[in-house]
Amino acid sequence: MKNKADYVIIGGGISGCAIAYHLADFGAKNIVVIEKEYLTSGATGRCGAGIRQQWGAKMNCLLAKKSVEFFEKAQEILAYDGDIEFKQEGYLIVGSDQEEDMVFKTNVALQNALGIPAKRLTKEEAKQIVPYLNIDNVYSATFCPTDGHLNPFTTTDAYYKAAKRLGVTFYTYTEVKDIVVKDSVIQKVVTTRGDIETGVVINAAGGWSKAIGQMVGIDIPVYSENHEILVTEPVEKMQGPMVISFSKNIYCQQTPHGAFIMGRSDPDMPEGLDVSSSHQFLDAMAKTVTELLPPVGELRVIRQWGGLYNMSPDHQPIISGTKKLPGFYMACGFSGHGFMLAPMTGVLLAELILGKAPTMPMEELSLERFDGKQVITKEKSVV
Amino acid sequence: MDPKHVIICRCSDVTLADLIALFEQGYQTFEELKRIKRVGMGPCQANTCGKMVQWEISKYFNQPLEEVPFHNMRPLTMGIKLKEIMEAKNREE
Repeated sequence: MKNKADYVIIGGGISGCAIAYHLADFGAKNIVVIEKEYLTSGATGRCGAGIRQQWGAKMNCLLAKKSVEFFEKAQEILAYDGDIEFKQEGYLIVGSDQEEDMVFKTNVALQNALGIPAKRLTKEEAKQIVPYLNIDNVYSATFCPTDGHLNPFTTTDAYYKAAKRLGVTFYTYTEVKDIVVKDSVIQKVVTTRGDIETGVVINAAGGWSKAIGQMVGIDIPVYSENHEILVTEPVEKMQGPMVISFSKNIYCQQTPHGAFIMGRSDPDMPEGLDVSSSHQFLDAMAKTVTELLPPVGELRVIRQWGGLYNMSPDHQPIISGTKKLPGFYMACGFSGHGFMLAPMTGVLLAELILGKAPTMPMEELSLERFDGKQVITKEKSVV
Repeated sequence: MDPKHVIICRCSDVTLADLIALFEQGYQTFEELKRIKRVGMGPCQANTCGKMVQWEISKYFNQPLEEVPFHNMRPLTMGIKLKEIMEAKNREE
């Protein structure tokens, strides 16, 4: 194992791999990524595989839009020999009442102002997009045709292989135990396989990012919670877009491979690092999906699992350094959508670390935005 | 026999040649193989191929079979229709 590095990235999910790739792509050398299990073993490999630009908060919209622009060319840019399984057949967001329709109106206005091609639909128009959608309890909908799907495993693999070709070193099955700081200068990262001397540490540890912050005495205002999900047997293509509803608490899409992936949230879920599966989730998911998308009820569930959302106070990510400790950077608090924002996470953090002009203003992504302030704009469009 | 013609995972159509190609690229554990090639992730949930994958990892990396971790098994143990789960729950209530 190397005992010296210029940059140590903690976390081998999509964020860590994207940061590594973009740092290396900008010409940085001696980059090491440390992952305690295998790549995508945390939230990335447990996510719903959706790519969405229809957000209610500005930063999420901007990050998502620019990330989609990257994903559209990712297969070529990353020169990947596999298939990232990108599909752009939209996200259909369905609402239950007039109140939700008013939120849709505000959100679509914001999205359109930022160049995202979303539109409001009547429930009849929604049914034209997904003909088996049960619109009995649907009031209205929104649709963005350039939203879609990506395979989290192969997309991360694409970043990993591209980063590796640029000289990045990856240590999997290696856990960070401590980070040594002396007189406000980072000295080294202590791992289960040895110490690495470095002056720059990037915290991309997802569900464990708070614990990494604590190792250097930085309190990151995030917490983790389990969100459950299931997958069905693969079948012939029957659904183009992701169907999602905040009021009905469901997201459900068919992957290009044919399987349906679906999830919902438990509002009573306690904070913590547990990722176990429950029969309560299975019962509630089966009922919700069978009522909203009746033919999907005919499919067999083959597997269920849980994964961690790393929640920030405003449900927008923290992509930031900190004045309290130069050389310490973080990409965390994605609140359930770190996978789809990864290209911009990688670009922005690499620009920040290397002192380049940022692609977009980052004040609203900084750790310091929470210092003694009330959260003003909170993202509410989260399942 | 040509590894291209040896089917390991029937659900996801993965051959022995596919596995060897992944081994050569450095993917070494069942969990990694699953995620890149979907081996063991189909309707049978590795009930058919699981032991074979474990055996091939053991052979290729010269690792005693009992030291090759089996994949992380998750519920359900068999495929059940979503509608049947809903109906069973409705009968309970």
